[in-house]
Amino acid sequence: MAKHSVNRSARAVTALLGGLFVMGAAHAQAQAVKVGFIATLTGGQAGLGETMQKATNLYIKLHKDELPAGVTIETLWRDDTGPNPDQAKRLAQELIVRDHVQMLAGINWTPNAMAVAAFTKQAKIPTVMSGNGAPAATRESPYVIKTSFTVWQACYPLGQWAGSHGIKQAWTVVADYAGGTDAYNAFAKGFAEKGGEIGGSIRIPLNTVDFLPFVQRVKDAKPPAVFVFAPGAAAATAYMKAFDELGVQAAGIKIIGPGDITDDMELQHMGKGVLGIETALFYSAAGDRPANKSFIAAWKKEYGANDDPGIFSVTAWDEAAAIVDAVKAMHGKMDPDKTMAFLSHWKTANSPRGPLEIDPETRDVVHNVYMRKVEMVDGRLANVEFDTIPMVKDPWKEFNK
Amino acid sequence: MNDWSVLVGIAFLGVAYGMVLYLISVGLSVTMGLMGFVNLAHGVFAMAGGYVTVTLMNRYGVPYFASLAAAAIVVAALGFVLERTLYRRLYGTSDFDQVLFSIGLIYVSIAVVQHFWGPLTQPMRAPAYLKGIITLGGFEFPTYRVFLIGFSIVVIAALWLTLERSRFGAQIRAAVDNRRMAQSLGVNTGRLFAQTFALGSGLAGLGGGLGADILVTSPGYPLQYILYFMIVVILGGLGTIRGPFLAALLLGIADTACRYFWPQMGAVFIFILVFFILFFRPQGLMRRARA
Repeated sequence: MAKHSVNRSARAVTALLGGLFVMGAAHAQAQAVKVGFIATLTGGQAGLGETMQKATNLYIKLHKDELPAGVTIETLWRDDTGPNPDQAKRLAQELIVRDHVQMLAGINWTPNAMAVAAFTKQAKIPTVMSGNGAPAATRESPYVIKTSFTVWQACYPLGQWAGSHGIKQAWTVVADYAGGTDAYNAFAKGFAEKGGEIGGSIRIPLNTVDFLPFVQRVKDAKPPAVFVFAPGAAAATAYMKAFDELGVQAAGIKIIGPGDITDDMELQHMGKGVLGIETALFYSAAGDRPANKSFIAAWKKEYGANDDPGIFSVTAWDEAAAIVDAVKAMHGKMDPDKTMAFLSHWKTANSPRGPLEIDPETRDVVHNVYMRKVEMVDGRLANVEFDTIPMVKDPWKEFNK
Repeated sequence: MNDWSVLVGIAFLGVAYGMVLYLISVGLSVTMGLMGFVNLAHGVFAMAGGYVTVTLMNRYGVPYFASLAAAAIVVAALGFVLERTLYRRLYGTSDFDQVLFSIGLIYVSIAVVQHFWGPLTQPMRAPAYLKGIITLGGFEFPTYRVFLIGFSIVVIAALWLTLERSRFGAQIRAAVDNRRMAQSLGVNTGRLFAQTFALGSGLAGLGGGLGADILVTSPGYPLQYILYFMIVVILGGLGTIRGPFLAALLLGIADTACRYFWPQMGAVFIFILVFFILFFRPQGLMRRARA
C-alpha cells in the first residue's frame, strides 16, 4: 500500500513540476520580443551588416537589465546580400510568417528599404530602419521609423555650404543607384541655390571593378571641386584610393561629399591621401561629446582598439536604443499601433551623435549635421568637426510636402 | 588636356587591367585546352593569391615582392594538391559533372575564406615606393600601374619562353594538340597535367596578388570575376597562350574606354563585344594550329 501511494505521489509531483516547467517555458516564450534584422552580411559590402550586428549586440548586452522582469529581446538576422529589393521583401515575409517576429529592423540600401516599407504597410509590423538613408521610406508606410539619416540631410546643406564658400563650379561622381541619385539631386539643389553650377556628372555602375577611368575623366576636366557619393564604406575606400592614385587633390581639385565617403569605419584604411577632404554628416567619431566618448570606449573594450565604429554603427546603436525603450514602454507586448505611437515620439539625449529626435510628423530623424575635415589627430586620421548646422529635418520631405 | 593624352591615359589603364586579367586567365586557357576540364573555379586560385599576399603584408609585415612570390608558390602547391586529390577524379566525366564540381569548389572556398578572414574586402596597401604618379614622355601615370605592366611583361615573357623553348613546354604543347599521340610517344600525361595545373594556378595566384588593387580581394571574388576570366579564355581560343593575351588586352582597353566615354554602358558593353566577336569567329581570336 505504501509503495503504491509513493508511486502516485511521485507521479503527481512530476506532473506538477512538468506543468510548471511548461507553463514557465510558455511564459518565457511569450515574453521574448523577437526582432528580425535584414542586413548585408556577405559579399563586398558585408561591413554594413557586420557593424550593425556588433552595435546591436553590444547595446542589448549593456542594457538588458533595463528590460522589465521576464522580458527579453531575441534578434534574428537575415542576409540580403546587397541591394536586392525582391530578396529583402522575401526575407521580411519569412521573418513574419515563419519566425513570428514582432518587429523588423536594420535594412541596408535604399531600394531594399522601399520594398520592405511597402510590405510593412500590409503586415502592420513596427519597423525601425538604421541601415539606409532613404528619404521616402517613412512616407511609404506608417509603420516605419528611421534612426539613420536621409541622404538629403547631408547633401543638401553641403551643396549650400559649397556654393556659399567660394565653389562656383563642381563635377559630381555618384554611384549609379537610388541612393546615388538622391545624393546628386540633393547636392545639385543646394548648390544651385547658392549660385553653383554642375560642370559634368558621372554615374558609376554598382558592379564596377576598376574606378580609375571614371576618375581620370574628372581629372581631365579639372573642375575646382568634385562632389562624390560612394555606396557604403568599403566602396568609399575604393573610390578614395582611385582619387588618390590619380592625384586628384594634388591637381587642385577639392573633394567634397557626405561623410559616407570618409566613414570612420574605414577611414584608417584610406591612407593619407584623404587629408583635407571636407564632408557633411550627422556624426563623427572625433566628436567631442560625452555620450560619444563613452560609446567609443565601450566599443573598443568589446571589439578591440583597432576596431573603429562608423556611421552605421551609431545608427544601429540608436536603433537598438529605440527598440529597447519601446519594449520597456510596452512591457514586451508590442501592439503595432501603440508601439508606433511611442516610436514616433521617441527622443534621446544619449546618442553618440548628439541630440536625436524622431519627428512625429514624418517619423524620420532630426539631428545636427556637422561639417568635418579630415585631419591627423594623435597620429590617426580623424574627421574633425568644424561647424554645426543644428537640428536638421529631412529637406526632401520639406520640399515634397 | 588634349584628346591625345586622354586616349593615351585610357590605353594605359586598359593595358594594365588587361595584363592582370591575362596573368590570371592564361592558366585557365591552358588547363581547359589541355585537360578539357571545365574549371569554373579558376577564380579561387586568383583569390587565394590575393589573400596570401595581403595577409603576409598586412598581418606579418612581409615585404611586397616576397609576399607575391609566396603567393605564387603557395597557390601553385594548392593547385597541385587539388588536382591530384579532386580534379583528376573527374577527368573524362561529363561537362555537367565538371561544372557542378567546380561550382561546389567555389562555394566551399568562399565559406572557408569567410570563416578565417571575415566577409569584408581586404585592403591592399602597395609599398610606398610604388605609390604616386610618374611622368613618362609628358604624360602622367599612376606608378603602381606602370609597375604592373612592366612586371607582367617580364612574367609573360618568361612564360612564353618556357612554353616555346623548354622540354616541359614542348610536352604541354604536344599534349594539348593530341593527347593520345603524346602519350604513345612517352609523355607522362598524368604528371604533366598536375604540373601544368600547378603552373596555371600559381600564375593565377600571382595575378590575384598583383591585381588586388583592381580586382579586390573578398570572399565573393570567384563568383564576381569568373565571367571576365571566361571571356578572356573563350575570346582568346582555348588551349592557346597568345590568343588570351590579345583578348585580355582587347577586353581591358575596350572596357576602360567604355567606362570613360559611356559610364552607364559599362557593364553591358563587354557582353556586346563578346557576342560580336564570337559571332564572326566562334573559335576565338587565335586558332590553335592543329598538327
